[in-house]
Amino acid sequence: MAAAVRGPKFFSTTKKGENFELKADLNSEYREKRKETVKKVIANMTIGKDVSSLFADVVKNMQTEDLELKKLVYLYLINYARTQPELVILAVNTFVKDTDDVNPLIRALAIRTMGMLRVEKIIDYLLEPLKKGLKDEDPYVRKTAALCVAKLYDLSPMIAIDNGLITIVQDMLSDRNPMVIANAVAALAEISEASVRRDVFVVNRSILTKLLAALNECTEWGQICILNSLASYRPHDTREAGDIAERVLPRLQHANASVVLSAVRVLMIYLEFITNDELLKQITRKMAPPLVTLLSSEPEIQYVALRNINLILQKRADVLNQEIRVFFIKYNDPPYVKLEKLEVIIKLCSDKNVDQVLSELREYANEVDVDFVRKSVGAIGRCAVKIESASEKCVNALLDLIKTKVSHVVQEAIVVIKDIFRKYPNRYEGIIPALCENLDTLDEPEAKASLIWIVGEYADRIDNATELLEFFLEGFKDETSMVQLQLISASVKLFLKKPGAAQEIVQRILTTATQGCDNPDIRDRAYIYWRLLSSNPQTAKAVVLAEKPPIEADTATVSESLLDELLHNIGSLASVYHKSPSLLGGTSVEIGRTREVLDLEGEEPEVDARTVAAQVNAVVGGGIDNLLDLDFGGPSAGSPAVATPPPMRTQTSAIDDLLGLTDLSPSTSTPTYQPGGFEPMVGATSTTPKVSFLTSANAKGLDVQGAFTRRNGDLYLELSFANRTSGPMTEFAIQFNTNTYGITPAASLQVPEPLAPNQSADVLLRLSTSGGVQKMDPPNLIQIALKNNLGIYYFNAFIAEDIVGNHR
Amino acid sequence: MVASALFILDLKGKVLISRNYRGDIPMSAVEKFMPLILEAEEEEQTPTPIMSTEDGIHFLYVKHNNLYLLAMTRKNSNAATILLFLHKLIEVFTEYFKELEEESIRDNFVIIYELLDEMMDFGYPQTTEPKILQEYITQESYKLESQPRPPMAVTNAVSWRPEGIKYRKNEVFLDVVESVNLLVNANGNVLRSEILGAIKMKCYLSGMPDVRLGLNDKVLFESTGRTPGKGKAVEMEDVKFHQCVRLARFESDRTISFIPPDGEFELMSYRLNTQVKPLIWCEAVIESHSGSRVEYMIKAKAQFKRRSSANNVEIIVPVPEDADTPKFKSTVGSVSYAPEKNAAVWKIKQFPGGKEFMMRAHFGLPSVKSEDPDKRPPISVKFEIPYFTVSGIQVRYLKVVDKSGYQAFPWVRYITQNGDYFMRLPEPVKTSKLGAI
Repeated sequence: MAAAVRGPKFFSTTKKGENFELKADLNSEYREKRKETVKKVIANMTIGKDVSSLFADVVKNMQTEDLELKKLVYLYLINYARTQPELVILAVNTFVKDTDDVNPLIRALAIRTMGMLRVEKIIDYLLEPLKKGLKDEDPYVRKTAALCVAKLYDLSPMIAIDNGLITIVQDMLSDRNPMVIANAVAALAEISEASVRRDVFVVNRSILTKLLAALNECTEWGQICILNSLASYRPHDTREAGDIAERVLPRLQHANASVVLSAVRVLMIYLEFITNDELLKQITRKMAPPLVTLLSSEPEIQYVALRNINLILQKRADVLNQEIRVFFIKYNDPPYVKLEKLEVIIKLCSDKNVDQVLSELREYANEVDVDFVRKSVGAIGRCAVKIESASEKCVNALLDLIKTKVSHVVQEAIVVIKDIFRKYPNRYEGIIPALCENLDTLDEPEAKASLIWIVGEYADRIDNATELLEFFLEGFKDETSMVQLQLISASVKLFLKKPGAAQEIVQRILTTATQGCDNPDIRDRAYIYWRLLSSNPQTAKAVVLAEKPPIEADTATVSESLLDELLHNIGSLASVYHKSPSLLGGTSVEIGRTREVLDLEGEEPEVDARTVAAQVNAVVGGGIDNLLDLDFGGPSAGSPAVATPPPMRTQTSAIDDLLGLTDLSPSTSTPTYQPGGFEPMVGATSTTPKVSFLTSANAKGLDVQGAFTRRNGDLYLELSFANRTSGPMTEFAIQFNTNTYGITPAASLQVPEPLAPNQSADVLLRLSTSGGVQKMDPPNLIQIALKNNLGIYYFNAFIAEDIVGNHR
Repeated sequence: MVASALFILDLKGKVLISRNYRGDIPMSAVEKFMPLILEAEEEEQTPTPIMSTEDGIHFLYVKHNNLYLLAMTRKNSNAATILLFLHKLIEVFTEYFKELEEESIRDNFVIIYELLDEMMDFGYPQTTEPKILQEYITQESYKLESQPRPPMAVTNAVSWRPEGIKYRKNEVFLDVVESVNLLVNANGNVLRSEILGAIKMKCYLSGMPDVRLGLNDKVLFESTGRTPGKGKAVEMEDVKFHQCVRLARFESDRTISFIPPDGEFELMSYRLNTQVKPLIWCEAVIESHSGSRVEYMIKAKAQFKRRSSANNVEIIVPVPEDADTPKFKSTVGSVSYAPEKNAAVWKIKQFPGGKEFMMRAHFGLPSVKSEDPDKRPPISVKFEIPYFTVSGIQVRYLKVVDKSGYQAFPWVRYITQNGDYFMRLPEPVKTSKLGAI
């Protein structure tokens, strides 16, 4: 059967006017000749030559009994239909005829291909054959037609809905063929996700029964589709959750790793609903062996599995607590697998197995791959921070490694020792001399900065601290800013602890930093210290030498709410990146479509801003991150989001962590230094200053600023609109996504219309708390969709806790 | 959930063949793929199998021979599914063209397009069983008398077996293959050991036979209260089945029942974490003589029953990259220097159970040492032990029932071989005395 037979060479000829010759041959009177020529055309297409000019001649060969030739012409059409939309109409007749062919293979092929052309002109011709295909007697045609509905919806949602196609696909969930059901599920899930209301595919009990029945019978890929849809079902009680989980459990034995991961995903979700401890334990226990077995699959799959295991362990640490050995690194693992295994090892490391883990990590430090060695050394430090009882062993292990004098090992070790010092102050200072011996071998900024931090922090116990700092000071100007900042802080600490000898150093460094540095961060830092020291040395001492909050082990790498979101997406790209699904993907093209759907599906559509936020990226520019920046960096210095800084982690060993300054509570710093510059921008009536929600650059010329405020006990959103375009703006409307406090507009948005070019308007929107409630992260996040005649814009707003609090 | 487009690229990133499934990303976006790989390599980071561009295009890829198989998407697609599908493509193409590499792609582009069209629709994997695909997608289509039709199996509940198969003699061959993964540290402690077992079948059976396989499965015996008779029962930690096996049935009463595909396939795989005595045990002593030469003494021992014997044993001892003038001595087998692997390879044709053999290797070292830290790869061992399974797993019966009532003959073979079988080398002992070999 193997078809390694070499046919004629299709890639060789490159004569002048090749397309001309091909054109002639395509019209040859001999069938074989024409077929060979079509192959040649496809070969040219494959290597990227433009053969679109042959469109009409190729299409002539479409009507043929020869299936292979037909497939080639279809393939050509898929590639060039969009470049020649006018000519596609030539092919439509044959397509429609083919959908009536006696051979189901050809009927399906025609339907499949027509859906791929993505030319709006032919949609009308596609509709009837497609409807027929959905009811075809042959399941092969039906399963192809089901997916074609998703293709059509992607191209024009309106036509798909108006012609009742979606309803037909919904009925196909009762098809007697499991493959048809699987593709119907895939199509509906996709349509549902693209639709705004997301009500196209809601799994209820009766659908659930059908899906569970089909699960046992369809192909591996179909099983994945069905398992995905089960993940969206919310069981009513613990019994139902348990019943479904038990139906899903056998899938863990499937040879297809993706089926296994999909089953794990469903189980992780349903476990949340199960209150029966016995059952909970039983299911958790059954999940462990399949997860371990995933490590015997292809390395790429191992990688996905490991990234997901990392998440699963953050939720249910006990799943794999007996299995740490299987994550030990194999010499021939690809580097990306090694790094992920390392992360899982740290997650599973406990006081029971720490000896074993340490001996492994020390072994890894001997490997060749520099990146991996660094992470292994770093891991020893992270174990120390995580497990107090093992910290001494870890420190000794690091000291041994420092003795190897291998540059990158030494530097990484010093970086993590700094974290250990922060976690366990006044315990391991005895090793400082050993660290200082390596002073001159350090050439990486982070390692230097770490050592300098240690010197500054323990200046009173290091006899030659002054000389050590002197050593670095000589090259102050050539250092990176990270090291410079540390040097300034360390010198100040040294001066406060040993005033005599260090005075000269401090004066020198502050002078250099304030007068000889171009970097404003360095300069400002130096000025702060200078003023601090010159105004009141006692306050300076209290500030600079204040006690630092302890650092925590970094075992939780994602926030709790993100973790839940990711666990709902096990196996997906989001779960691999450890990033919220809403931050992945989306195009500006899709926005246009979303709008169409909005118009289509009702006057006041319910906008799920979180899910479309990603699609909005391109329109609003830069995405959620950017929006956050906007709010954080803007004039709302007192915005509540700022008041809840993220917990410090050892991994963020950036300069901030090291700094004496950031460790201060704001109250101690204010008397001595007032970071000026930010004045509230808007009048006194509003409790929070208005912040920019949308700017003309990213919202098609619409500027919107706003703030939440409370008047006479009622909650309002103050909005200022400004039209920066040259045309009038109309049709303003606003909508809130469900949020933590159920805040929603109490009235419709009354913007004076039309809003003329360069005109602005202030609007007060009354709010109520009668809307849908959904916990947000952070809780005060409110996602808002705003619409006008030019488009729909999404943005995030943050409501201050006190405004909400007063209201309630 | 889905892939937008698939590409097959050569190692320089040139597109050999591609298929656009969804049309939501311009195909030219593939040009951003190689720069991502190169950038990661330049920054000494490890390229991962999943990468994304700044404007939100995700690439998922698998490297195979001199090719990249690459999928592209913009959505939060199912990464596991896509990567697995790429591996499935490799499997199917290999089945079709024997060897999947640049040349075979060029020679078979027509059929590759056909396969890509059939195996995935709108980014969703469809039929990926090579046996079934070969029923209706073939290059010799012109030889067929009539147009091919979709085989029933494509949409059947039994999507892996065509109907109407006939054999004159109905036979089933079962191969029980166990691979031992082992990691031993330099002190001789076993860090991890696991057995990966697989039952591979060659089925030459007529019709639509229903097959039941009985193993000495501990869970089964315990649940039914029976005793395994002679020999022990085996506790399999995790079992994975070919999609033909009725999983719900296995879950409820541990019965392995299925309608097999035709020909060769892997019926099931299993894993055991039980600590086993390392079958081939190596002890190494390294002596480094004042940095100018190095000597290895390897003692290998076969720690299994005397009546068994390991075949084609290869013990691969890594040596420094810059080693020269190799000299070897061994009590049995042959030793050779493999400079491309930086290793001495000791081959023993037959290694009987309970025996112990010695090997000494001697290398000169250049007087100027390279600055790089010494790589210290572990010793690896290859072997095969026929008629033997480490786990003790046994096929108790294989029942074949077809409605035509023929009798089928099952044949069973057992073999144990090495998997990732590594033993870390100890630190060299430094001596200055001149040892002779």
